[in-house]
Amino acid sequence: MTANGSRVFVSGNDAVALGVRLARPHVIAAYPITPQTAVVERLAEMVEDGSLRTEYLHVESEHSALSACIGASAVGARTFTATSSQGLLYMVECMHYASGGRFPVVMMNANRSLALPWNIYNDQRDSLSQLDSGWIQVYVEDAQEALDMIIQAFAIAENEKVLTPVMVNLDGFVLTHTYELVEVPTQEAVDRFLPPFKTTNKMSFEAPKNMAFTATPAHYTEFKFQQHQAILDAATVIADVDHSFGEQLGRYYGGLLDAYRVEDAEFVLITLGSVTGTARVVVDQLRAEGRKVGVIKLRYLRPFPVEELRSLTRNAWALGVLEKNISIGYEGTVFTNVRSALSQNGTTQEILNFVAGLGGRDISRGDIAQMFERLSSVATTHPANRVIFVNLGVETA
Amino acid sequence: MNASTLDEREFFYGHKACGGCGGSLAVRLALKVLGERTFTAVPAGCMSAVGFVYPQLAFGSNAIISTFPGTASMLSGIAAGARALGIPDFHAVGFAGDGGTADIGIQALSGAIDRHDRIIYICYDNEAYMNTGVQKSGLTPFGARTTTTPAGRRLRGALTQKKNMFEIVAAHGIEYAATASVGYPQDYLNKIDKAKSVSGTSYIHVFAPCPTGWGTGSDVSIELAKDIVDCGLWYLAEFENGEFRLNRDPKQFTPIQNYFNKQGRFKHLLPEDIEQIVKHRDREWARIRKQWIRISPPPAVAGEE
Repeated sequence: MTANGSRVFVSGNDAVALGVRLARPHVIAAYPITPQTAVVERLAEMVEDGSLRTEYLHVESEHSALSACIGASAVGARTFTATSSQGLLYMVECMHYASGGRFPVVMMNANRSLALPWNIYNDQRDSLSQLDSGWIQVYVEDAQEALDMIIQAFAIAENEKVLTPVMVNLDGFVLTHTYELVEVPTQEAVDRFLPPFKTTNKMSFEAPKNMAFTATPAHYTEFKFQQHQAILDAATVIADVDHSFGEQLGRYYGGLLDAYRVEDAEFVLITLGSVTGTARVVVDQLRAEGRKVGVIKLRYLRPFPVEELRSLTRNAWALGVLEKNISIGYEGTVFTNVRSALSQNGTTQEILNFVAGLGGRDISRGDIAQMFERLSSVATTHPANRVIFVNLGVETA
Repeated sequence: MNASTLDEREFFYGHKACGGCGGSLAVRLALKVLGERTFTAVPAGCMSAVGFVYPQLAFGSNAIISTFPGTASMLSGIAAGARALGIPDFHAVGFAGDGGTADIGIQALSGAIDRHDRIIYICYDNEAYMNTGVQKSGLTPFGARTTTTPAGRRLRGALTQKKNMFEIVAAHGIEYAATASVGYPQDYLNKIDKAKSVSGTSYIHVFAPCPTGWGTGSDVSIELAKDIVDCGLWYLAEFENGEFRLNRDPKQFTPIQNYFNKQGRFKHLLPEDIEQIVKHRDREWARIRKQWIRISPPPAVAGEE
């Protein structure tokens, strides 16, 4: 018996919708925003053609989308919503609400730049600005991983040790609108992997509850600590879920991160999302020239793969963090997180921050080759400026 | 449905609302009518502040605090989730204040009505943001002093009229909308009772005095809630099947001054302000009487008149 029913040629957005249908959510709250729109369109079509039985709410804003998901989750329903960029920012109040109330909503986010200036193209400043919102964040690399991670996300979020919402991030356009061959698991296989959502964290007539309450200084810290602990504990749940997904559905993603040719690497580039494919090609080219280079794709940023990152980079001479993001006035947020994790290694290896791909600007193989070049030059000379805007078109002092 | 047949159980009990709080009375009465198979949503505001502080939780049935703008959207989610899970025979009710309804919550409310979601939305109107310390809302009446519409030499309280929420929700083609006042509890109970069987969205806008915010004693809330209807500054009405219906059509209004004099927030008004308020009232009533169905009030219930 095969777990995969069919192979289809679909976009990343389509793959997300297929994953959502397989996960059988009770309630979907949808509000359109480019480049996420195809997700809510496909789901509406599935409701229309009868292949998806769900309560599909046409809400009037992203704030209401997540607010409705929280309400549905509060009576024990499995819920899904999707957004991007400005829409994600509009629901920020509800993001903290969903995590604080331990409502395991699953949300797809199409990574898109933030206004101003207006720009609909890909970078990751939307979701990275929400690392502190108490959500688990995973970044996928292709359409297959998108479909699979939607299913895994429900298993992780709804685990009683976790009970935390999960955001599945796809690079806008680069992934959401690129068509790829995708294996679609059978409904039977997904039903075996993902049982129906059961929780006691809900209102019911058998056991009435007052939920989403106020907590005074006497108790607030303890609630926040429990949330914190739940995301730390999620690391093992993520590994278990990924492992059983691999066993049952045949694809294994490596848990919190994915390492490529790093075993003996002297120079390692750390990436997020779809640019990893380009980075691997460059690694192969440089390896063919005898250079010892590798790439680590961070799959999850919360929980953060601290131990994994430390052990994989222990022997590297220099590291680069490539991110489509800048915490304006300081450095890239991923860079900050990586440096924080590695600072406890006690090593003095140099780490550079490559800020690239903002507002959808291409990151070429040449750009990445230059990043490795730069890493090999700084291994011995410590640069004054570690934050490098790649291909910057304005003069710097 | 009347005071003698009302459920004796309390579903909102042991909270810390101020003496004479009209809002908590509106919640308490409505929950008695709706019964135990009810999911209640209250946004950040007075009711959540006085009844929802862990571990002292004052709702005897299922209840949840929503975000401030999210009363209606959370109710929609609750109703959708309960439907999808096959939970039979339930009510999803929200209690939001005037600011939570007419200002920050109006977008989500509009969306819920537009979807015709089967929820009951109750706006308890005490005419300002009371929980945060009496700031002006979209339902603060002309002339009322609040902490953000002070009365001094240059300005005399709020400069704008109340938003007409009743007709705003009616314009959505809502299944059922009504106005009410805690000063006319039988009328309010009837309307909650009617909302129970509406197969779509219900909106009930209940006038609910706030002694703390209005500068009144805690023993005059019900009196004020009657006065405002009798002097014509509020009205009891319903909207159903596309038609407006007046439930009470006073032959003669009691003097507005009687209502104002009992409250600190109107003390500063000059005769010309009162004149402007009377003019506005009369214009509105002329329109209402011309356009709406006027029926004699339902038979009087003991203690009501």
